Amino acid sequence: MTQDEGPEKRGAAGEPVEPHDGERRADRDPADPENLQSRDDDQPAPALTTSSRMQDALRSMMSSSVLITVGAVVLALAVGSVLILAGDTDVQATLGYFFQRPGDFFGEAWRAISESYIALFQGAIYDSEATTPERRIRPLTETLTIAAPLIFAGLGIGLTFRVGLFNIGGQSQLVLGAVLGAWVGFALNLPPFVHVALVVLAAALGGAIAGAIPGVLKARFGAHEVISTIMLNNTSRYFLLWLLGTGAFISATPQVSPGLAETARLPLLLGGSFRLHLGFVLALLTAVALWWLVERSVLGFQMRAVGANPEAAGTAGMSVRKILVVSMALSGALCGLAGAMQVAGTEGKLTSSVYGTIGFDAITVALLGRSRPFGTVLAGILFGALAAGGRIMASRAGTEAELVTVLQAVIVLLIAAPPLVRSVFRLPEPGTSRRRVKEATA
Amino acid sequence: MSAVQVDSHVEVAAPPPPGFVRSLVGYGVIALVAVVLALTAPSGISKIQLTAGSEFFQIPQLDLPAALAVGVPAIGAAVIATVALVTQLRSRSSAPRWMAILAGTLLLLGFLAHLVAGKSGVLPLTGLLTSTLFLATPLIFGALGGVVCERVGIVNIAIEGQLLAGAFAGVVVASIAGQNPYVGLITAPIAGVGVGALLAWFSIRYRVDQVITGVVLNVLVLGLTTFFFKGLLSELEGLNDRSRLPVLPIPLLSEIPVIGPVLFRQTLLVYLLYVIVILLHIYLFRSRWGLRVRSVGEHPKAADTVGIDVNRTRWRNTLLGSGIAGLGGAFFTIGQGLAFGIDITAGSGFIALAALILGRWTPLGAVAAALFFGFANALSQSLRSYGVSLDSNIPLMIPYIVTLFAVAGFGGKVRPPAAEGTPYVK
Repeated sequence: MTQDEGPEKRGAAGEPVEPHDGERRADRDPADPENLQSRDDDQPAPALTTSSRMQDALRSMMSSSVLITVGAVVLALAVGSVLILAGDTDVQATLGYFFQRPGDFFGEAWRAISESYIALFQGAIYDSEATTPERRIRPLTETLTIAAPLIFAGLGIGLTFRVGLFNIGGQSQLVLGAVLGAWVGFALNLPPFVHVALVVLAAALGGAIAGAIPGVLKARFGAHEVISTIMLNNTSRYFLLWLLGTGAFISATPQVSPGLAETARLPLLLGGSFRLHLGFVLALLTAVALWWLVERSVLGFQMRAVGANPEAAGTAGMSVRKILVVSMALSGALCGLAGAMQVAGTEGKLTSSVYGTIGFDAITVALLGRSRPFGTVLAGILFGALAAGGRIMASRAGTEAELVTVLQAVIVLLIAAPPLVRSVFRLPEPGTSRRRVKEATA
Repeated sequence: MSAVQVDSHVEVAAPPPPGFVRSLVGYGVIALVAVVLALTAPSGISKIQLTAGSEFFQIPQLDLPAALAVGVPAIGAAVIATVALVTQLRSRSSAPRWMAILAGTLLLLGFLAHLVAGKSGVLPLTGLLTSTLFLATPLIFGALGGVVCERVGIVNIAIEGQLLAGAFAGVVVASIAGQNPYVGLITAPIAGVGVGALLAWFSIRYRVDQVITGVVLNVLVLGLTTFFFKGLLSELEGLNDRSRLPVLPIPLLSEIPVIGPVLFRQTLLVYLLYVIVILLHIYLFRSRWGLRVRSVGEHPKAADTVGIDVNRTRWRNTLLGSGIAGLGGAFFTIGQGLAFGIDITAGSGFIALAALILGRWTPLGAVAAALFFGFANALSQSLRSYGVSLDSNIPLMIPYIVTLFAVAGFGGKVRPPAAEGTPYVK
């Protein structure tokens, strides 16, 4: 299997890669250059190394094909259909006389499911029921608006996956970013473009600080980043509540900061009747920049090397601790930018619920996007579409918007377990034939 | 670690136990804070109420001069901490655990007296302890469920989801059964087991990363319960009616001052909690089951070698732990007589996770940590009534910040079960 590896990866790992036991490797594509690192399961991970299991899980996710993604979405929609039926009282009424007239049940069921999913589509992409052209395309702009913070935070979380870390602290980083960004936005008086640029930078700085804390705790003390980021999330929640009742953040409305100055707002892209703002474009540009950083720069190479094998990276002379801190800070900065999208983009003020569920949604976005910048952009748009569509679905078809939360969770769970999806759809295991050849030659 | 001198003539000094230096720092901090507390004691009067009115005999309200009420416990704490510090330095081994507990408790008493000193409000000690246990109950359940799962090697981030599922199933089924809360006590753990089964299925059968599975399961349960709450529960009658577990005072025991009303004037759920804590503590460390669980969590290959079915053990105990957490979820609805609401657990599962880490993966430690968190919460809720003007959000941050320091290794090494999070493949 050594010939599958790219030369630079091999240099990073610095050691020949031993064949892994077949069962674990079964769901990985051996042609994928990411599948290079292997570690014996029985070796307890040293303090600074991040779990090989996580990398295995992530790698198996990255290597599973588009087919698995499609299969997962289809299965999730099927689960969603069951929920729609379970939540629809009209459908349940027909169940009462199911054996007399089963047709009624199927008719009602079909109506409930198709109404819901059509409304979901109309709310997410193109509203064919709307009267003016402007209203017809509004759903798509809403999707992109909601996607902007998801993409930013998803990029941040995905970056840590590449380094073998798991940043659950998107929420705390988003909060601190939003706090600093909002403060610059309402407290300072600056010329138009400078002001909004400073707001964005301040948000990135705030997020970076909140991200660096678990990074330092991990690098210096070996504190697991999953635990410390969860603790920071909950701290940030009460910190925000406290802050909104303190000093400069008090405004006429309780639990809401003063509004940001007009000069501090991200400019709208399509005029006043749409919410879509410059943030979405910034998110796309950031994705490109991040791709370059991770795949082409020295720092990115070091990050991937640490993600692949921290000991080997350390042996090769890289400062693993420094990389850990830098990656967490960078990830935090990206999540902080998601906060900027909220305060300088859609909200225009800091509220006690500024973070919403973005921090956790971003994890699912990053997983669905397989931690790759462009995959994350697509996943962010998909989840933005689900969120935008969910609102319309709730108002038109009477199906609760939380259905999309369930869809999101099911999609990610299934993508994380490719064998499950394969067994449902009777898909072949990729790479099986190749492995057999290798085992025969070994 | 200090360098051990390898000299054949000199007796080699035993290396100090892990966390030695940090516990020294800990005692130093306690002593320092206690001295500061004693020195800054205001001149007013601290009013402390010990009894609630239902005990054998009443202790009159204590109106102590603040200097006395703060100074005595604070100086006591300082003395004990110093003694522990000195013993530890002399013997080069850890001072007994009770010293830390006693010093901490005294410091806390001094702190409370300091809080209410010169204020109009009375400090109701019994009431404070009662609400501490009340607020800690779901945390203890969640943390114990987590202990069982993590000891067997399965990371349980899904405690939040298990609590939420338990809260939901508890009240809905109790409501359907004609507002019979005891039925809810049966279905809540079943719902927890359901979430646990998904966790086990994905992490054992498909070897999906356990942290990822847990995070996503939390999202899934939140989505599902909110979906049904907004839809069915609010559309149909009789699915989400309030019912409350009755308080069952234990005769005699419940009339002991302070302890009685706090511990023995409780619902069946809390009595079940006592039983689970005691059983878990004994069985985890003293029984064959416990040895198997711990060996699977620490070194699955060795466990397998002696004939333990690793994955079956993991399956069973993940379900058991999730069931305990699910039972704790019942507290949020039928335990406190509330109907289900969106995200009614509000992050308690994550505090429970913090408690289990702070309690170092032991049942009693988790209980202590959960009680501490409950205390911080109870204090923050009642600060205003004592006449203290401190934003109530600040004490709410304390548990998380303390845990942050704890995982960073202050106050001793925090070490999870060795094989935690690693799928076992033969």
